[in-house]
Amino acid sequence: MKLPLSWLRDYVDVDLPPAEFAKRVTDAIAEVEGWEVIGEQWDPELVRVAEVLAVDPHPNADRLVLATVNVGEGPKTVVCGAPNVAAGQRVAFATEGAMLVDGHSGKLSKLKLRAIRGVDSAGMVLSEKELGLSDDHEGILVLPEDSAIGAPLVDAIGDVVFDVSTWANRADLLGILGFAREVAAVTGKPLREPDRSYTESERQAADFVSVTIEAPDLCRRFTASIVEGIELGPSPPWMQQRLIRAGMRPINNVVDITNYVMLETGQPLHAFDYDLVRGAEIRPRRARAGETLTTLDEVERDLDPDMLMICDGEGPVAVAGIMGGGNSEVSESTKTVLLEVANFDPGSIRRTSTQLRLRSEASLRFEKGIGPDLASYAQARALHLLEQVAGGRPAAGLVDAFPTPLASPRITLPAARIEQVLGIPIEAAEVRRILTALGFEVTESGDAFEVTPPFWRPDVDLPDDVIEELIRVYGYEKLPTTVLRGSLPEAQPRPLERVRERSRALAAGLGFQEVLSYTLTSGEILSRVVSPDDADRAGPLAATNPVASQHTYLRTSLRGSVLAAYAGNRHHEDAAMRFFEVGVEYLPTEADLPHERPVLCAVLGGQRLERWERPGPERLDYFDAKGAVEALLDDLGVAAAFTPVEEYALLPGHTAAISVGEETVGLVAQVHPDVAATFDIEEPVFLFELWFEPLTRAIPERPAYAPPSRYPEARRDLALLVPADTPASATLEVIRTHRARGVRISADVFDEYRGEGVPAGQKSLAIALRFRADDRTLGEKDVVRIEQGLLRRLEQDLGATLRT
Amino acid sequence: MSTIEAEVDALRAEALEALAQADDEAGREAWRADWLGRKDGRLTLRLRSLKDAPPDQRASLGKSLNALKSTLEGELEARREAARADALATLSADAALDVTLPGRPQSLGRLHPVTQTMNDCIDAFAEMGFRVFEGPEVEWARYNFDAVRIPEDHPARDMWDTIWIDTLIDGERKMLLRTHTSPNQIRVMEQTEPPVRVIVPGKCYRQEATDATHEWMLTQIEGLAVDEGVRMSDLKGTLYAFARRLFGADRQIIFHHSYFPFVEPGVEMAIDCFLCRAGGDDCRTCHGTGWIEILGAGMVHPEIIENAGYDSSRHTGFAFGVGIERVAMLRWGIEDIRHFYQNDLRFLRQF
Ligand SMILES: [Zn+2]
Repeated sequence: MKLPLSWLRDYVDVDLPPAEFAKRVTDAIAEVEGWEVIGEQWDPELVRVAEVLAVDPHPNADRLVLATVNVGEGPKTVVCGAPNVAAGQRVAFATEGAMLVDGHSGKLSKLKLRAIRGVDSAGMVLSEKELGLSDDHEGILVLPEDSAIGAPLVDAIGDVVFDVSTWANRADLLGILGFAREVAAVTGKPLREPDRSYTESERQAADFVSVTIEAPDLCRRFTASIVEGIELGPSPPWMQQRLIRAGMRPINNVVDITNYVMLETGQPLHAFDYDLVRGAEIRPRRARAGETLTTLDEVERDLDPDMLMICDGEGPVAVAGIMGGGNSEVSESTKTVLLEVANFDPGSIRRTSTQLRLRSEASLRFEKGIGPDLASYAQARALHLLEQVAGGRPAAGLVDAFPTPLASPRITLPAARIEQVLGIPIEAAEVRRILTALGFEVTESGDAFEVTPPFWRPDVDLPDDVIEELIRVYGYEKLPTTVLRGSLPEAQPRPLERVRERSRALAAGLGFQEVLSYTLTSGEILSRVVSPDDADRAGPLAATNPVASQHTYLRTSLRGSVLAAYAGNRHHEDAAMRFFEVGVEYLPTEADLPHERPVLCAVLGGQRLERWERPGPERLDYFDAKGAVEALLDDLGVAAAFTPVEEYALLPGHTAAISVGEETVGLVAQVHPDVAATFDIEEPVFLFELWFEPLTRAIPERPAYAPPSRYPEARRDLALLVPADTPASATLEVIRTHRARGVRISADVFDEYRGEGVPAGQKSLAIALRFRADDRTLGEKDVVRIEQGLLRRLEQDLGATLRT
Repeated sequence: MSTIEAEVDALRAEALEALAQADDEAGREAWRADWLGRKDGRLTLRLRSLKDAPPDQRASLGKSLNALKSTLEGELEARREAARADALATLSADAALDVTLPGRPQSLGRLHPVTQTMNDCIDAFAEMGFRVFEGPEVEWARYNFDAVRIPEDHPARDMWDTIWIDTLIDGERKMLLRTHTSPNQIRVMEQTEPPVRVIVPGKCYRQEATDATHEWMLTQIEGLAVDEGVRMSDLKGTLYAFARRLFGADRQIIFHHSYFPFVEPGVEMAIDCFLCRAGGDDCRTCHGTGWIEILGAGMVHPEIIENAGYDSSRHTGFAFGVGIERVAMLRWGIEDIRHFYQNDLRFLRQF
């Protein structure tokens, strides 16, 4: 909201500099987002208010005139080209040296006077553009008639316009008077209310119009007044200036008065041309199916029965609380005005304006909730102005349909509640002072305050609402900082989160860069990595109103995101890259929120760095991915088994499921080159995924432990010939489970070889064996005997033989 | 000079001369074997032949030969020591490294700056006894809005532009991407009894255009404490400790009035600008006000306390919500929020 300081000062004295005022307002009332100083560059000596005494033709130019002006120092002649200059006007007048905006270039420059077409000019009568007020350079700025002659212009119309963001529940702050009341309470200054006096004519408003509310649930109050003898025309300069500063466009005096009073009080008003109201009656009712109304913005609106209309004897004349209809608009021929000031159900106004996609200054106020009593206040103020400014003669009495006036709530605020909520007490006198200044009624009974909020504060209805009023004015800076007392809640074990966060840290430690991607992706990207047959993943949830089409679907796989991150960085990275993301797959479920399945997805690939940070000939491969998985799981205290599987978008023969015990906890693979190519990745790229739900189940509460043996282990290397299709893991499993004379054998593969010297259909595995007994040092003979037993077992189980 | 002395002197001279010729370790080792070798070193053999010497000379010859032996051993050791010292001197001087050359590359991963900041925030609150709770990102409209007092027809809904999910459950239950972590206030209170002291980290979403300070996906941390005797001054104390932990021990904080439907009273918290120290009218961060708004907070609305089945006359609570990206931007001076989710290594590897 635009808040001109000059207007605010009608109701409350403000003598703080703008920055200090902005801080006080932000601390206690509403957020000041900035402010604009009007007239900052107007030198008080050089730019002043002048009166135009006479306008005469220029002897040498048809389009120019000679204006005689008085700045309080006797008549001066100036040459002027403005079409609208006229005797009797108050105008802005500048003399040599004033800083002005050049009418043509738009730049700020110093005024230099010179003779124009042979006539010397004593100064310059200024346009809005030259004053920096707007781009209007058509004519001169005409000042309010009561502007003091000779006064510095900055005193007459200089201003500070604050830009204030108010709250969704505070319609009263959308009125400058409401704002002033808060400023008065905060600064301790008195509030001056606007003049609401007027003289009623002998005719009764009720003789002109009747009001029947047919939808009392949506229309809580409807007041109508009648003003005859309207002299329609432009509103006075002071009113136009205020409307413009507050961000509205002047239209005519009647419409301007309704807008002015709305900006002033926060209560929207609407003026009808009485002679266009058919049947001399007003009926607020729901729209009928099929009804339409062309609103003031010349758009034909389709109405539906949930919408409240203001109707006359024949049909809709306004969309209640949002916008009037063209059929009853005030125009130059208007003689009598029917002024509507009403109160509507806020939810209904909001629904209708959302449905019609029509937001107006009126609807923005109504939807926040306005007290119904404000209607008569605003009526009186508008009638005062219509009488003063538009020559109107108000008929006697309001036609006031107010089916169920609401009693103001009475709130009991126990004094102890203040300290209970805030941590500090506020003295009774201070409570009374603050609440009274804000317009509340306060009485004390025993240990409690009985508080009645003013009619413009329907947002206050609980004791804690009152406490907020108190503390914000009392000052949050008086609130001390204290420490939470009391007992701590019980800690809940969160094993999954623990495993997830540990994995996150480990992945980074293993050289993977963490990325975080948008969780909404495109159907096209998802389809690259998700099988159309994957019932959990192929039908992702979609956003109704995505921010962009490439962010429509909630991802059911992280693979696309991480591959995209890989591809995006390949443009500026030459060497190996490793990325991971921890996130969830949003898996749709029957009749419930989706299952948010937590996973870690990592991708890696590219040329390993050599000395000097240069990419070398060797590329990362499947075993780099698997090695990372093994290290990660090792840290988590589990050993995994890897089984060949086939999976969509991954390269067959280069894909393994990772299992721990009974649980499948993830997979590791080379991304299918065809799929990688869809991401513009032209090199082998690998990924692994860990699924935290099964992984957490697979991790034992306590890791296994055995004390270190006191006896040295014996080591032997073996070269075995095994069938080519027997996985190394099978060989190792046979060795691991072989038992002989209480000796444990562990084994690691240190080479795999196929080719020359190895029979077709077989491969050679080099295996390092370690033998250990818990009760003795193993001798050479022991080891040889055990190894022979092991070789027999390997031959039996796998067809493996010793390579010689 | 006795013959014994002459013989020993000659041996010494010959041995030392030979040692002087040995200019590397192999030569010194050969010399040692030649003279002092246990089996057939010349001095060893000569000592062994002592028993053949005339008895009256045996003692003085033995003494002289043993003295020679320790002289030779000492000389050898000295030569070796000198050679080692020479080698080290060469290593430090002629073979000195250019220690400024780059190290051998290691692969290094980092946590995302949002994760790092989140972890720091969690640690700060965990020290004050807050437990971590997590809730769903896809949320019921009821939890996201209605249960936190933002009914459908209230303009407060405009405070959160919402991304809706196109699936309606049972023809009426609407799903959305949570716009804030506040629905978890309800989820936590539904599941537990006081005392409640939790933080809820997680992603949130807004249907809004992005610019340097607005992103449609964001990360929040929600805080909630409900118990008998929880006061707004405790909220201030908690957030004060948080601000000092994250932004420096000399931080000051202020509250100012704000409005969130689920708290009463509601405030916004600002910290004093540590970039310009309230000195700069042209400070891009605080715009010359000296204060930087970093979070919204307030006392949990009594209706929400009651709806959870707690007694609002006994139990009071506070809640707050921190935007993690905003905290991260302030910490590192990041100028544009849109960097966070572009996954550009040139950005990510700086943290
Ligand atoms: Zn600053």
